[in-house]
Amino acid sequence: MADLGRSALLIAFGLIAYALIAGSYAAWKRRRRLALSAQNALIAAFPAVLIAALVLLLALGRRDLTFVYVWQHTSHKLPLGYALSAFWGGQEGSLLLWLLVLTGYAGLAVWLNRRSRELMAWVVPVFALIAGFFAFMLCFVSSPFHMQPAPADGQGMVPSLQNPYMLAHPPLLYLGYVGLAVPFAFAMGALLSGRTDERWIVATRRWTLAAWTFLGVGQLIGAHWAYVEIGWGGYYAWDPVENAALMPWLAATAFLHSVMIQEKRGMLKVWNMVLVALAFNLSLFGTFLTRSGVIDSIHSFAKSPIGGWFLAFLGLMIVFSIVLIYWRLPLLRTKTRLESLVSREATFLYNNLLLVALALTILWGVLYPILSEAVRGETRSVSKPYYDFFLHTFGLPLLLLMGIGPLVAWRRASLRSLGKTFLIPFAAAVMTGVALLALGFGSSWPGLLAYTFAAFVAASIVLEFVRGRRAAGSLTRLVSRNRRRYGGYIVHAAVLLLAIGIAGSSAYQTVRQRVLRPGQSVEAAGYTLTYLGSNGIRGPNYTGFRSAVAVSGHGERFTLHPGMNNYAIEGPATEASIYHDPRSIGDVFTSAQVVNANRGTIDLKVEVKPLINLIWVAGFVFVAGALIAMWPDAVEQKRLAARYAAGAVPAGL
Amino acid sequence: MEWALALAAVLAVVAVVFVARPFLRDPAPASDRLDELAPEARQRLALAEERDRALAALKELEFDHRTGKVSNDDYRAQVGPLRRRAAEALRALERGEGITHERVTAPEERAGR
Repeated sequence: MADLGRSALLIAFGLIAYALIAGSYAAWKRRRRLALSAQNALIAAFPAVLIAALVLLLALGRRDLTFVYVWQHTSHKLPLGYALSAFWGGQEGSLLLWLLVLTGYAGLAVWLNRRSRELMAWVVPVFALIAGFFAFMLCFVSSPFHMQPAPADGQGMVPSLQNPYMLAHPPLLYLGYVGLAVPFAFAMGALLSGRTDERWIVATRRWTLAAWTFLGVGQLIGAHWAYVEIGWGGYYAWDPVENAALMPWLAATAFLHSVMIQEKRGMLKVWNMVLVALAFNLSLFGTFLTRSGVIDSIHSFAKSPIGGWFLAFLGLMIVFSIVLIYWRLPLLRTKTRLESLVSREATFLYNNLLLVALALTILWGVLYPILSEAVRGETRSVSKPYYDFFLHTFGLPLLLLMGIGPLVAWRRASLRSLGKTFLIPFAAAVMTGVALLALGFGSSWPGLLAYTFAAFVAASIVLEFVRGRRAAGSLTRLVSRNRRRYGGYIVHAAVLLLAIGIAGSSAYQTVRQRVLRPGQSVEAAGYTLTYLGSNGIRGPNYTGFRSAVAVSGHGERFTLHPGMNNYAIEGPATEASIYHDPRSIGDVFTSAQVVNANRGTIDLKVEVKPLINLIWVAGFVFVAGALIAMWPDAVEQKRLAARYAAGAVPAGL
Repeated sequence: MEWALALAAVLAVVAVVFVARPFLRDPAPASDRLDELAPEARQRLALAEERDRALAALKELEFDHRTGKVSNDDYRAQVGPLRRRAAEALRALERGEGITHERVTAPEERAGR
């Protein structure tokens, strides 16, 4: 069976290499049939990679330990779902998933835009260049199909990865990471072909939005996994691998805003190219961080000699992007200028600068320890205060801009109009700030500012819907005729919920930790937690214990069961127990470790986190807004189809 | 395993046929030149984009005016230039109606060769 997987990968590599070489030659020499043939090769690579992926999945499902990869990441007792999730749990499988998603996306994007031959002639080799790297790695450097005589049992899976969220979190992140290759390939194809009009933007608009949504949802699911599984009570630790997903998401967020300025005003063509290249290269960098073993974190459990190759390819792609953008600068320069510093496009520009600044400061926080170790041999770490400082410095103005932007008109706005539109949100913000101060929430300035700005943003979003509805006649008509705008506002509402949840759960949380014997209690934020005792438990591939902790307070009575699992092969893992309090939309989070098994004492940690559940609610609102923004608009599709009709170009996905 | 290699061979043959399809379907084409936009067509496309931008800006301005985001004075100051811009783009597109549409033409075809 491994022979089939290896052969399928070799065939895919051959097809992709052909798409790269023949496609580049055809685009350069303007050969129509050769370009179509290269396009077909790229499309055909997907089924070949799919066969290789199915072979690996089958081996994982059967726990075929003659596959080294299966032996490294599963065991006989590992439940089937987790065994299959080992597909993205290790380095070789992750690379295969990258290639599978990339060839799938590339094949679909190329096929949907096949009539735009001038552009596609160059898009195909760019896709092939990226896919070629991953196919090369899988065929010659890091194959998932290495074989061995079957050992008695496998090495198992890291306990924290044995969680249902891990079935969705990595694939969603990969759908996002790889999805950013689509706008990148089209943008570079546009530069190579000289088609720097808006065709590439029209073709990739929904792809970018989809990739951005996958990345966003993937990160939220990852945060929820960290919260319920790791047992430290937090959801984001500024871990380099978490940052690896956040950076391209921030760059893509900047691009989604700035591309609107190009579409509406014909400006920022160079900047948009830079952002697309930045977002994609950051997604490559994220994969490099996760898979090269360069960072030692809980996510970077897989290490192998792919780091050098990856770094070289990353360098190549960065140089490739910079050279192309520089070469085509004359085509990208536009005569249109910003008319006023007080306009919608100006607020988008400020938003862009803040987003990119935040992404780059996070990048420096990730790079500094690596460079410090590589250059000076010193082990340094960049910790939470660094990131928190920049999150407050750039994040709070970003939050405020989210409310200001929709209130400002395109092109320019007079002070009188601004005074009129800002009045209600400003009043809402001031009243909220004063009320919070009076209620004693001034203990955290970032928290207070976040809530005050949040009130401003919430009022501006509500106003936008109310005024828009009045102008359009009905809410349905308003949203259906302006899907991107109002879908975007719903996404803003999701970010707002996220900000409120983060501020509430971090700035106003209560943490208590105490060693308890049965019958002893601890108090936290009005709750009394009494430890009753512990019991042993047994699962399919682990044993462990669960404590019983009776909780009372705020008119509620319930019992929590924090404990630990001891996996036979993989080792111990903390199991938190959480009560969702509907009154505060927050949680009572508990985790426990045995201090003395004979006496039955445990080390109990209690965290009361107000408003934390808004973070998870934000995920659903985010998806709803993104879907509305992505939903095809028949009228716009028709208009765009007419614009490119003579070039025989459909409007893309 | 032999069955695996046989399957791989089948996959390879199917892939080769699919890749060679453009040559098999059209072994002796009149022209094998890859389509490209004529310079006039590029100009026309730029004008169409400019027209759409101007019309969208007008629509946006009207909407912002109705929702109270743009005052009457601002509206009056901006609507004229925007209308002129849209009209200019439309006129330029109309003037170019007779020129080669965005049909793709090879340089030698355009040169009459």
